[in-house]
Amino acid sequence: MNWTNSLPLAVLMTSFLAAMIIFMLPESRHRLRSSINIAAACLKLVLIILLLQVVLRQDYPEVSLEVLPGLSLILRADALAMLFAGLSSVLWLFTTLYAIGYLENSPNRSRFFGYFSLCVASTMGISLAGNLFTFLIFYELLTLSTYPLVVHRGTEASLRAGRTYLIYTLGGGVVLLVGVAALYALGGDIPFGNTEQTAALVGTWPGWMALIFALLIAGLGVKAAIFPFHGWLPTAMVAPAPVSALLHAVAVVKAGAFGIVRVVYDIYGIELAWQQGLLWPLTLIASFTILYGSWRALQQVDIKKRLAFSTVSQVSYIILGISLFGPLGTIGGLVHLLHQGLMKVTLFFCAGNYAETLGIHKIHELDGVGKRMPLTSAAFTLGALGMIGLPPVAGFISKWYLGTGALEAGMDWVILVLISSSLLNAAYFLPVLQRIWFNPQQGDWPDEMITRWRDTTPLLLIPALVTATLSLLAGLFASSVLSPLSWAELITLREYLP
Amino acid sequence: MSLMQSPMPWLLVIPLAGATLTMLLPDRWRSAASALGILSQLVAALLLSYQVIQSGPQIYAMGNWQAPLGIALRADGLAMLFILMSALVSSLCALYAQSYLKAEKRANFWPLFWFLWASLNGIWLAADTFNLYVGLELLTLAAVGLVAFAADERSLEASIRYLYAALLGSMGYLLGVALLYGAHGTLALDSLAEHWHWGPTSQVAVTLIVGGLLLKTAVFPLHTWLPPAHGGALTPVSALLSALVIKASFYMLLRFWIELDIYRHLPSLSQLLGILGAGAIFWGGWMALRQQHLKWVVAYSTVAQIGYMLLMFPLLTAGQSDASQLAYQGGILMLLAHALAKAGMFLAAGNLMICTGKPDLQALAGMSRYRPLTIFAFGLAGVSLMGLPPSGGFSAKWLLLQSSLLSGQWWWVVVLVLGSLLSAAYIFRVFAYTYRETGEEGDRFARPALSMELTALTLSVASILLGFAAMLPLQLISLPGPLMEALP
Repeated sequence: MNWTNSLPLAVLMTSFLAAMIIFMLPESRHRLRSSINIAAACLKLVLIILLLQVVLRQDYPEVSLEVLPGLSLILRADALAMLFAGLSSVLWLFTTLYAIGYLENSPNRSRFFGYFSLCVASTMGISLAGNLFTFLIFYELLTLSTYPLVVHRGTEASLRAGRTYLIYTLGGGVVLLVGVAALYALGGDIPFGNTEQTAALVGTWPGWMALIFALLIAGLGVKAAIFPFHGWLPTAMVAPAPVSALLHAVAVVKAGAFGIVRVVYDIYGIELAWQQGLLWPLTLIASFTILYGSWRALQQVDIKKRLAFSTVSQVSYIILGISLFGPLGTIGGLVHLLHQGLMKVTLFFCAGNYAETLGIHKIHELDGVGKRMPLTSAAFTLGALGMIGLPPVAGFISKWYLGTGALEAGMDWVILVLISSSLLNAAYFLPVLQRIWFNPQQGDWPDEMITRWRDTTPLLLIPALVTATLSLLAGLFASSVLSPLSWAELITLREYLP
Repeated sequence: MSLMQSPMPWLLVIPLAGATLTMLLPDRWRSAASALGILSQLVAALLLSYQVIQSGPQIYAMGNWQAPLGIALRADGLAMLFILMSALVSSLCALYAQSYLKAEKRANFWPLFWFLWASLNGIWLAADTFNLYVGLELLTLAAVGLVAFAADERSLEASIRYLYAALLGSMGYLLGVALLYGAHGTLALDSLAEHWHWGPTSQVAVTLIVGGLLLKTAVFPLHTWLPPAHGGALTPVSALLSALVIKASFYMLLRFWIELDIYRHLPSLSQLLGILGAGAIFWGGWMALRQQHLKWVVAYSTVAQIGYMLLMFPLLTAGQSDASQLAYQGGILMLLAHALAKAGMFLAAGNLMICTGKPDLQALAGMSRYRPLTIFAFGLAGVSLMGLPPSGGFSAKWLLLQSSLLSGQWWWVVVLVLGSLLSAAYIFRVFAYTYRETGEEGDRFARPALSMELTALTLSVASILLGFAAMLPLQLISLPGPLMEALP
């Protein structure tokens, strides 16, 4: 057996074991816990880099375990898996650092970091899953491990948000389960990439296969917060800022979007899905969600709520790219999976910094904050400009490919959607930037934290600066070998030229 | 054959000896004798499984009296699974009880515990309908005794109710068996199957037997005796009752159903059992959602879970052997997962009640901080009961889903899916209470012994690991034997 085959399992285990050790540690061992957390995150990054090398050589390590007759758990690292696994492990490191700073001196940290690592372990499982069954298992595990984070504060509001979160995600999970079970009943276990198997099934049962497609997408659409399944995302904003980052950028909504990528490309195959007419409804819903999310974002006065509706809109860019038939659309969708993660995590870090340092929660309280917290505000500005799609920040690259992809697929009206959504994005982000940089400060800050730092504590500031820089670099050096764009192109190449 | 040649009789002799010894010995020897007994039980169970796996089903005639006269014992793959399951659950519950019970309570606990285990093994291994009856009666008496010895007014009332229901059930069963004996002239399951003929007598007999066993399994709407008995008993007893005791009558029902080909002749009865199962899932889940007493939530969850096991019957249809295989595997796996998860959940609930000193859910505020390990055990067991992956409960639900889809009975898919959402609702409700903050400085809770927390955790973790290792029990129950041959 080749040693590389154990790499996917090792990637999963680094966060899983970290979670178990953290649960065992007594609450008071803060320093040890943080060290374990950071060590595990770094180790995982190293493993991911090793795995990337292997996958680049067109070698796809795989482990499997038969859990039921004829049905296996499969962990397999292919190019697409590495896209998501790579994103989550980079963001995990910075989110962990941020969380350590954010939760300093707050109770229940053992519980928080334990579930946090478990969440990342499930995300790794989702990205490395080699068939729908494995995907489903980790997808549900993600629901279970995020619930304790959402209700972490234990207040009435967070328990209510937790309930909403569960109703949506468990409901979606059940729909997904029925879809996966029905697909298995028709055609047995279909490993990702075996699209010929599905093609044969579609030939025999076109109606059933279309229904199953709808079930799978609906089940995944809940986590991807596609309209009308987006309601949980703004409600879940009561959770602490690192959890919001996890929900919006690192794990949860991405898991839904990534699942849709898997279903469209590796179960049905993009060509087959297009021929069967399964894609255009998805394009329509994604376009509507993009506009709807932006429109609702415009009406919010709470910073985190505005960001939440912005996520609703931005994640549908990914779905839009996937649903456009043609390599350019695919590249746009996949690359936005990474870009949106980097930019949104930056915005949430910054929103958390404002709330922690100055007690700012509402947009009108941001007046003049640029002078008080220049670095945080600079990072926020980068993220916001990226979201609008201004070059050279990463968001521009995504929109460019999405636009050209739409033209290529012969769906010119999508350009209109993209333009109006960019205008809406500008309409809800630019006034915020104006308040930050150009309006004078109005009275005292709501709840100022006394620190010896000029901006905010380094553990809160540095992650935001790093992710902001990364999203700028991803745009500036989009054509370099290491950029998200190149990786998305590689995946697309392998997808369209089997 | 003498006693020495097979480990099978030891599975009855050891617990009966344990019952006698723990009654006679002074207190300080009691626990030691029990520990020794548990170890030798585990060894005997493993030896017998090895024999069954190596050389197929085993038959043993007690005292060398051959079948129709003597007591015949029989071990096939299914029986072995139940032997191993009860060995695992009983020994962990015993370990828990050792710390949980005060010395004077232990004096009553050990003899009854050993009687319970002896009768369970007797049922798993019985080869004829009358031995099954004897086992069932012994089981009832031991179980009622265990419920009663919590010795408060409510538990006495519950145990009397339990006793009446159980006796009524046994009576129905005994009448049915008597009728069968009259019609077929034999009590042994295999010769009954051989000489089976349908007629009015057989039909009445089957109805009486099925009815009696449903009452003893606490199938909706005959479940009303269960919540007070399981919710009111002492914690290790609740765990034993929910995890093992109700499974005994279910096991008998399954043996009759498949070995006597009832599914072939009474398809409408199969559907009726499925409908009762669906009723149990929804009613049990709904009632669990409305309880304020922690252990009653868990007890009503048992009512609901019995419903899932019953879904196996309409899916065992004569026409489709694939679907029937899946239903059989799924049903048994569900039962096994429930045994592990429910025992774990009851023990964890007991630990929580020790911490708060109160039985109600309101008192759980702050628990997820104070006892993370116990909450984790409760949560893992909950995952398996909800049927969320990865867990034994999920794998079982998956098999049942596949079986319903294959046999075209899509309505059971709806029941399975809605049922899991309902179980998620009542389990997360408990979970949410533990996340509430107490609002005052410092926690003033009692602390359960470490061994009690670990036994709960072991059982819950086992129910999760079953999701990864489901192939082992499935291979065991698919070994050749009388039941496998009778499966469609």
